[in-house]
Amino acid sequence: MAEARAEINRPIGLRLWLSAGWLIALVLTTLLAPVLAPQDPLAQDLFTSRLPPFWIDGSEPGYPLGSDSLGRDVLSRMMYGGRVALSVALIAGTLTCLLGASLGLIAGYFRGWPDIIISRLVDIWMAFPPVLFAILLIAVLGTGLTSIIIAIVVIDWTRFARVVRAEAIGQGAMDYVASAQVAGHRRFGIMAQEILPNVLPTICVLLTLEMGIAVIVEAILSFVNLSISTDQPTWGGMISEGRLSIHQAWWVLVFPLIILFLTVLSFSQLGEGLKDRFDPVLK
Amino acid sequence: MSETVYEIRDLRLSFKDLAHKPIFGPAPEIEVLKGLSFDIAKGDVVGVVGGSGSGKSTLGRAMIRLLEPSAGSIRFQGRDITHLDEESLRPLRRKFQMIFQDPMSSLNPRRTVFAIIAAPLRLHGFDQISNRVETALDMVGLPRDFKLRYPHELSGGQRQRIGIARAIATEPEFILADEIVSGLDVSSQAHVLNLLEQLVRDLGLTLAFISHDLSVIRRLCQHTIVLYQGEIVETQQTAELFANPTHSYTRELIDAIPLPNLDQPWV
Amino acid sequence: MSFLTINNLSAHIGKRKILRDVSLSVQAGEVCGLVGESGAGKSMIGKAVLGTLPRAIIATGGEIILDGENLQDLTPTQRRQVIGAKTALIPQDPLTALNPSRRVGAQITNRLVDILGWSKSAAQHRALDLLGEVQINDPERVMLCYPHELSGGMRQRLLIAAAFAAEPRLIIADEPTTALDVTVQKQILRLIKEMQNRYGTALLFVTHDLGVVAKVCQSLLVLYEGMVLERTTVQDFFTGPLHPYSRALLETTPKYTDPTGSLTPIPPQILDAVRAEIVAYDQAHAHV
Repeated sequence: MAEARAEINRPIGLRLWLSAGWLIALVLTTLLAPVLAPQDPLAQDLFTSRLPPFWIDGSEPGYPLGSDSLGRDVLSRMMYGGRVALSVALIAGTLTCLLGASLGLIAGYFRGWPDIIISRLVDIWMAFPPVLFAILLIAVLGTGLTSIIIAIVVIDWTRFARVVRAEAIGQGAMDYVASAQVAGHRRFGIMAQEILPNVLPTICVLLTLEMGIAVIVEAILSFVNLSISTDQPTWGGMISEGRLSIHQAWWVLVFPLIILFLTVLSFSQLGEGLKDRFDPVLK
Repeated sequence: MSETVYEIRDLRLSFKDLAHKPIFGPAPEIEVLKGLSFDIAKGDVVGVVGGSGSGKSTLGRAMIRLLEPSAGSIRFQGRDITHLDEESLRPLRRKFQMIFQDPMSSLNPRRTVFAIIAAPLRLHGFDQISNRVETALDMVGLPRDFKLRYPHELSGGQRQRIGIARAIATEPEFILADEIVSGLDVSSQAHVLNLLEQLVRDLGLTLAFISHDLSVIRRLCQHTIVLYQGEIVETQQTAELFANPTHSYTRELIDAIPLPNLDQPWV
Repeated sequence: MSFLTINNLSAHIGKRKILRDVSLSVQAGEVCGLVGESGAGKSMIGKAVLGTLPRAIIATGGEIILDGENLQDLTPTQRRQVIGAKTALIPQDPLTALNPSRRVGAQITNRLVDILGWSKSAAQHRALDLLGEVQINDPERVMLCYPHELSGGMRQRLLIAAAFAAEPRLIIADEPTTALDVTVQKQILRLIKEMQNRYGTALLFVTHDLGVVAKVCQSLLVLYEGMVLERTTVQDFFTGPLHPYSRALLETTPKYTDPTGSLTPIPPQILDAVRAEIVAYDQAHAHV
């Protein structure tokens, strides 16, 4: 009932606005962190330790969301932590997508030997437990932003490959692909012109999902101190430290947790919203 | 003496039956086309009729080399194309085109009508593509501003006409129509068939029309080939076929058609 | 006594009307055809009766009276029970109508056991008998097959068996032979007619093929964009239909007995006239 879908009045993509809005605000804030942050995120000051957020007695004006046990401002650290989270999300997400989707497309459209090789590879690869794999890789590559990105790409490309391959197989059976073959187009050209545009909506959703996953993976790794070097603030690191003082200073744990949640949610909703928007079939 | 567009001799095609593949060893082969031989003369409109499993679609696809025969030969305009590779086939491909059955899946939903019709033109290096697309739309009786539309904005009959426009754009000499009206209702069907008839006349095309609907074949085709389980059981001038069917399967096919009147003793 | 009566049923999706004041009645044991081009709304009527309209489509106004009960007056649970006990569907596409991962025998007995409370052995017996009635040889073996192991014609026979399993009083047949080739279609139509006779079931037969209507139906409705243009017996229709659209439809249907007749599409004047009728109807009902 595609006609049905097109005819029901579509509500203005509320989730698209909300998620895009949040992410844009996040990107701007983290980019402008040196200007916007109230404090130096690394500055320790025992006189300002464990200050509560602004709406609770005992707070101080320069520390709107409170401070941690070393006197560092929570809000500033979250802003700088966001830089790490977003760079990992955008870079790792995009690279994983490019690698996984390309292999998936080739496997799904060409079938035959490329498919056999790539599918076996995916099967074997997916047999490794992902988190352990990540930790192993970091142990080998050393900590740092590049290592995390490499780890995510290396582990998660299979997600794209599997789904995109399935879609490509489905599209390959369509008569318009046969029509292009009859016309005499080269196989690679058909893959790019006929198959790819029809698989793009799915890739779009997977990409934003992957970005959300990358944020979580980074948070997990920084939680166990395997992320970037320890003095730079990271959301996972903040959560890890916040655990220790949860009774005296709950805000150190809670705010990064909320930010993490909202960011990952926004990524997944963004994908869903964009997919519908740019699909001419649903206009 | 009109030239022969197609000469088919003892055409055989088998598929691997992957559903019954033993663990070790190759999959058994199912023979879909079991040695077909026939000619198609220039300007002829040939009907290929048979039930499901008769191999008619496979035959069509073999003729335009979407599939490669297992044995036998196919000569197109005197040239043996049976086992030509893609590179050699490519320049020939603009001469034989195909129109597909399902108006939903035969057009890429994410390309405009213009892009769909222009694609084969670009591939074969035609010039003045924009003009040619518009001419193709004119010939199939659709307004020129349809070129900016997407397939889902059109009805089934209109989509089939785009399929026809795409097929005739490269000025082919032969067209294979594979059940192109089976998914349409009677009115759209009549439009499309009339159009096809007219184009065959105006453009001097040779047409192979695959269908299970004998009533349509009766009206459109001068010759008819009846297929049953991969073999030709009867090939004849259409009028003669209906008047005096020789094979029992032909007779069965004719009798099975429900006529829209109350005189036919049937159920 | 009419088994199914529909009075003034309308339906729309968003701003587009799907059904416009459709009324019909089917007597017990009668075969009534719903004819029209694609998009005419014929399948929707069947779905409205069975309660399977897609969620986006809203039925307004009108009533559906099944065996004396107005379906609107019942609670959803009661409605489901009545529909489940008294009606059945023969769907169009035998491939997608069967669950590919279950054996076909189970798909026939399933309804009897789970919904109508039969014992497993009684249901098995019934299923085997039914397979025999639909002329499937070797029913014990077929019961254990998966759908993809059977041909299209066999699958359709199975669906017919499943439809008649609980001896429904009304069956909706939604283009049951459109996906089959012509020789198989003849066998299936014959079968449906036989079973319908044997069980005395009323049949609402949706099709776009007038030839099929001539062979199977006793009465018919001609629909265009959700509006009933003609409602008559098959006898009267094929001797001389009243509405110009019906006549044009009959003309357009290709007949192999008439090779010289041109493949005339429906003349645009007639289509314009019908559309004018529809516009007039819409304007008269705009305030509703």
